[in-house]
Amino acid sequence: MNIFLVLTFSGVALGAIYFLAASGLSLIYGLMDVLNFAHGLFMTLGAYSGYEIATRLPTSLGAPTLVILAIIGATLFGGLAAGVTELILIRPLYGKPISQILITIGLDLAVVGLLMGGFGSTALQIPVPLWLIEPTHLGGLYLPNANFLAIGAGVIVLIGLELFLALTRYGIIIRAGVENREMVRALGIDVGRAFTLVFVIGGAMAGLAGILYTIVFSGDLVSPNQGDSLLIFAFIVVVIGGLGSIRGSAVAALTVGLLQQYTSFYIGGHSGWAQIGDLSTVLLLAVVLELRPRGLFGRVA
Amino acid sequence: MRRPSLRAGRLAVAVLLGLFIVLPFIGLHVPWVLPGTLDIVNSTGTLEVLALCFMFAGIAVGYDMMFGYTGLMSLGPVLYFAVGTYVFDIALTHWAWPLVPSLLLTFGVSLVLAVVLGAIALRVHGIAFAMVTLAFAQAFYFLVESNPHNLTGGDTGLSLTYTRLPSFLSGAVSNTRNLYWIALAFLVVAYLIVWLVTESVTGHVFVAVRENELRLDVLGVRPYRFKLVSFVVSSLIATGGGIVYILVIGTAVPSVVASTTVTLSILIMVVLGGAGTRWGAVIGAIVYVYLQQYLDKVGAEPSFTRLPAVLRVPLSEPQFLLGAIFVLFVFFAPGGIAGLVLRRRLNRASAATLLSVFKKS
Repeated sequence: MNIFLVLTFSGVALGAIYFLAASGLSLIYGLMDVLNFAHGLFMTLGAYSGYEIATRLPTSLGAPTLVILAIIGATLFGGLAAGVTELILIRPLYGKPISQILITIGLDLAVVGLLMGGFGSTALQIPVPLWLIEPTHLGGLYLPNANFLAIGAGVIVLIGLELFLALTRYGIIIRAGVENREMVRALGIDVGRAFTLVFVIGGAMAGLAGILYTIVFSGDLVSPNQGDSLLIFAFIVVVIGGLGSIRGSAVAALTVGLLQQYTSFYIGGHSGWAQIGDLSTVLLLAVVLELRPRGLFGRVA
Repeated sequence: MRRPSLRAGRLAVAVLLGLFIVLPFIGLHVPWVLPGTLDIVNSTGTLEVLALCFMFAGIAVGYDMMFGYTGLMSLGPVLYFAVGTYVFDIALTHWAWPLVPSLLLTFGVSLVLAVVLGAIALRVHGIAFAMVTLAFAQAFYFLVESNPHNLTGGDTGLSLTYTRLPSFLSGAVSNTRNLYWIALAFLVVAYLIVWLVTESVTGHVFVAVRENELRLDVLGVRPYRFKLVSFVVSSLIATGGGIVYILVIGTAVPSVVASTTVTLSILIMVVLGGAGTRWGAVIGAIVYVYLQQYLDKVGAEPSFTRLPAVLRVPLSEPQFLLGAIFVLFVFFAPGGIAGLVLRRRLNRASAATLLSVFKKS
């Protein structure tokens, strides 16, 4: 029973990171019909900028401050990279969805290539405070502290995003744009600015997901291809949740995270089944598509 | 206007094909075109690079039928490529099957997978289809990595050991020439299949699916079945490429054979060459593989390592250069190499018409 609860806890943490990665992807797709392959790159860039901040700044600041700065820096840099990408590469290609996908694929390849050249293809270690490695003793359970960080970030972003979409002017424009972009444009509202904004928000969440994944699940290691492997799970979450739906992404992310943790612990221990956790997410995707092709919360396509 | 240029094109293809067939007998020394130790045309290394070019060209032309003609952007061709390498490899290495049953098994597995997974993936459209095919391909990657029953060798991969292969195939080094011809034959067969299919009635429906699926549906033609056919044929061609790969390279490693990188490479080859033209995909693949090999070799040369880091780091990463070239093409020449050639030809044609108009007046 205890093991089950600990697994549930880390499954929720993993789900929180998938949510951060997937919701931006889903919003971008919902509003702009762009399948953003560079989303994995934004995660990787977030992780590397976090690494740069945590290793370049003087250690006298103390490990906790450095990690907080690294997380903030990763978020900001992810948003910045995404904003620049939208303005320079995506904007000139509106109305050509295939070209937009292709350009993000090319960008991803090129910049990951640069990262491999600049940082080497071996993983680099981010220094983190001891607290993040230790577990908290709670009601007979030992819960890894890093998981609290991921869950906290996920919850804050989910609430923040829902409030932003529900209450602010731009949030309303984005929601309306997801429903019917042409109508919003016909009403004389500049959707272009909303596009950039959605990219910046999505990129910032991706950067945050990248650094959190590093700290919580990959043993504080940063490598050039980590974002691209996370991206696959983000895609799975987006399709299961329904393209364009934030709540769908949240529910699907939790489901996928939990499923992955349970299966990889209970089945993955047997020889030859090591990858069952990853595999089960794809099986879930196939089942959802058979039963409900538009995803859990998707609109009728 | 069209006939003479078509005949000239066919003549050029025949001459090129003949040249490539006799190439292993020509010991020509070409200093700059081929990097490093590969500068002798019929050396083992050169023939291997060319075999890879032909193999990818065959796969690319098959992908072009699905992507360029039918408008299906699958991000999972690597799955069927990896099925080709791994199933064939396992049948020969672990079970010591003879050649023909191994081939039948490999194509059989690929056919079943393509029909089942294609049928599921085609339930969604456009971007979702791309994501789902990507996820299926990734599932196969996870499967191969987890080394079920010690069949695939996990991360370290599985080398091909031939005990039952005919002697003309076994021993990669002494038989590079034969393997080169097999790769060339694969390209020719793949091209012929795609040519026959795309020129047939079915092929015209493919284009109709790409242009306007809804209209097709209204006319009473169910696009689903045609999309599935396109998907399956393209996948089987990728499987054939996988078989050629394992024969030429001799070992299957998941990160090289089964990862999404292969899919993206194939997609880039087709777009670089020009989607929807067949020959564009062939040229795109050859240019891509050649550049990849060339840039890799050049980056390691001593004169290169003396450059300042700002220049050396990006220029010695083939992935960066290829990605950047690709971005430039998507931006400035979305029709790819074929688009550039056709545009030039069109301009010349319109210039000729213009001149004749002037003469009349």
